[in-house]
Amino acid sequence: MSLTAAFFAIIRRDLLLAFRRRAEMANPLFFFVLVVTLFPLAVGAQPNLLQTMAPGVVWVSALLAALLSLDGMFRSDFEDGSLEQMLLSAQSLPVLVLGKVVAHWLVTGLPLLVIAPLLALFLGLPERAMPTLWLTLLLATPVLSLIGAIGVALTVGLRRGGMILSLLVLPLYVPVLIFASSAVDRAAGGLPVSAQINILLSMLLAAAVVTPLPTAAALRMSVN
Amino acid sequence: MDGKCSNGLQVSGLACSRDDRLLFSGLSFVVAPGEALLLEGSNGSGKTSLLRILCGFRDADAGELFWRGRPLVDSDYLVEMAYVGHAEGIKKELTVLENLRFSRALNQPGKLSIDQALAKVQLAGFDDNAVQTLSAGQKRRLSLARLLITANTLWILDEPFTSLDRQGMALIETLIGEHVAAGGMVVMTSHHDLNLPVARLQRIHLDTCH
Amino acid sequence: MAFIPEPISRFFHRTASPPHFYALANRLIPWLSVLLVLGLAYGLYGGLYLAPADYQQGDSYRIIYIHVPAAWMSLFVYVVMAIMGGIALIWRMKLAEVMLISSAPIGAGFTFIALVTGSLWGKPMWGAWWVWDARLTSELILLFLYLGIISLYGAIEDKRSASRAVSILALVGVVNIPIIHYSVEWWNTLHQGATVSKLDKPSIHISMLIPLLTMAVAFKLYYAVAVLQAAKLELIKREPSAQWVKNLLETSA
Repeated sequence: MSLTAAFFAIIRRDLLLAFRRRAEMANPLFFFVLVVTLFPLAVGAQPNLLQTMAPGVVWVSALLAALLSLDGMFRSDFEDGSLEQMLLSAQSLPVLVLGKVVAHWLVTGLPLLVIAPLLALFLGLPERAMPTLWLTLLLATPVLSLIGAIGVALTVGLRRGGMILSLLVLPLYVPVLIFASSAVDRAAGGLPVSAQINILLSMLLAAAVVTPLPTAAALRMSVN
Repeated sequence: MDGKCSNGLQVSGLACSRDDRLLFSGLSFVVAPGEALLLEGSNGSGKTSLLRILCGFRDADAGELFWRGRPLVDSDYLVEMAYVGHAEGIKKELTVLENLRFSRALNQPGKLSIDQALAKVQLAGFDDNAVQTLSAGQKRRLSLARLLITANTLWILDEPFTSLDRQGMALIETLIGEHVAAGGMVVMTSHHDLNLPVARLQRIHLDTCH
Repeated sequence: MAFIPEPISRFFHRTASPPHFYALANRLIPWLSVLLVLGLAYGLYGGLYLAPADYQQGDSYRIIYIHVPAAWMSLFVYVVMAIMGGIALIWRMKLAEVMLISSAPIGAGFTFIALVTGSLWGKPMWGAWWVWDARLTSELILLFLYLGIISLYGAIEDKRSASRAVSILALVGVVNIPIIHYSVEWWNTLHQGATVSKLDKPSIHISMLIPLLTMAVAFKLYYAVAVLQAAKLELIKREPSAQWVKNLLETSA
């Protein structure tokens, strides 16, 4: 069977699994909403203040939600031996890894786009910034999944890898955070954002091509 | 390399240690088509470690591995081998059929169709059952059905008889016999008393390989 | 590997064999230590005494004799670690793994020193112990990258697996460092506007520069001595029952 067939088979299987475990799917979303809710409670509800902070708050929360959902990416495959079988597949491992990341993003990243308008509403983000918020989420959350996959692959064999995972992954998220939140910030002020969007797009393309290689190498290490 | 061994799995001078303790060293063997190798030894003698080296999950501390006369990485080894380990590699939320279809998508399709393979391991009619409703023995037989639906010549089996009853064991022994008789190869561990219908069966006792 | 000429790879494998490396390190360390003391003595004397005071910053600028070499070293050590990681992954060379992990705490130390001295320098300049200056922010993220490597290595029990893990991580990190650096710099100009960072481009007189470069060399020597010592220890810890370690213990007993 061909490589593309294997790639889509892995996406189909992971989506099916996510559907069968759908109770877990909503957790990162609740987390996203919850973290955003904490900010007005902590810093006060002055509309001006919230509006200034909105791009940053939404993006920091999206980043934390993405981080929280990472742990599930390879965990069950590691525990039930599916990962070993994936490594023994005659197909290219980085491509299979890319399939896993795509499926993971469809399940955990895409829903963030759906809930984002609600949060923008909570924080009083101007309506004209909405398309940019969507676009940054669309371009940048896959980058978070791709980079995060390296960290998960490195820590999947550890019993308590969660804290280490965030230590490994968060510094690498800094560029994404900077450009994505700055784009939303500028859009809220009515400024052009094409530079930021282009940078995010090139980050996405580069990450999609490059990150599966270290992730695959890290999975081989973890299965050892 | 002599002509005989170039057509199968050849291992020479293999050594493996864990936590600074030498498990085995200077281990050499050849498994040719139509042969089976049974690894024996006490717990912790390195049986599983050896199988994991053969799968490429683990690096050997010394030694070389060849498949059909070429180093493993340069050969079609991954296409031609199949492994069933302690962890069965099946998803409990998916059905029997979904699991097997997925395994086949990751590898080359084999001689038998999924239906034929299920009939062979006596799971016919379980196609749409979720794996979590199966018994431990049925799960084991499902993971072994994977060997039948993908194209492979070398089976690497780590304790394949775990959680099987006497009837299930006899079934797997027959499958192994058929595979070897058809020119296949098997490397396996087991602590059960086996009655393998295999003409050319090698045994290696790992406790003596130092 | 096929693409490396045979004599060169043989040379590397000989030098990289643990007993050979151990002996080599033992021979190098005294010489390097002497040079280190001389360099440090001259650099500090030149920097703290001979060099003139800055017409704007007075004597407080003298912290650059620690800060700048430490900041340079923080990057240098990370790059060395990534190179070692690449070697360890491609050639499965134990010595490269050992050098990588022995470098991590030293590099983290340099990064920490650069952060603390940067903050000390910032107080008279900016009136605050910490400002989100681009250089300091990058340095802080670099410290996190180091800590990630150290804690990942500590968390994985099997040390060969742990070495492979940190090799991969070091390579991923070294690709990301320029991206992080430039994005932080860009972010900084965006939010800080016209604040000129004195840490970025010190316009410097030759009498200040020579001690600075001497200090940079001394820091490199310190790194060399420290990493060789740490690597010696790590090699013994890794294969305590190897024959060469037994021989070593016998001769020293």
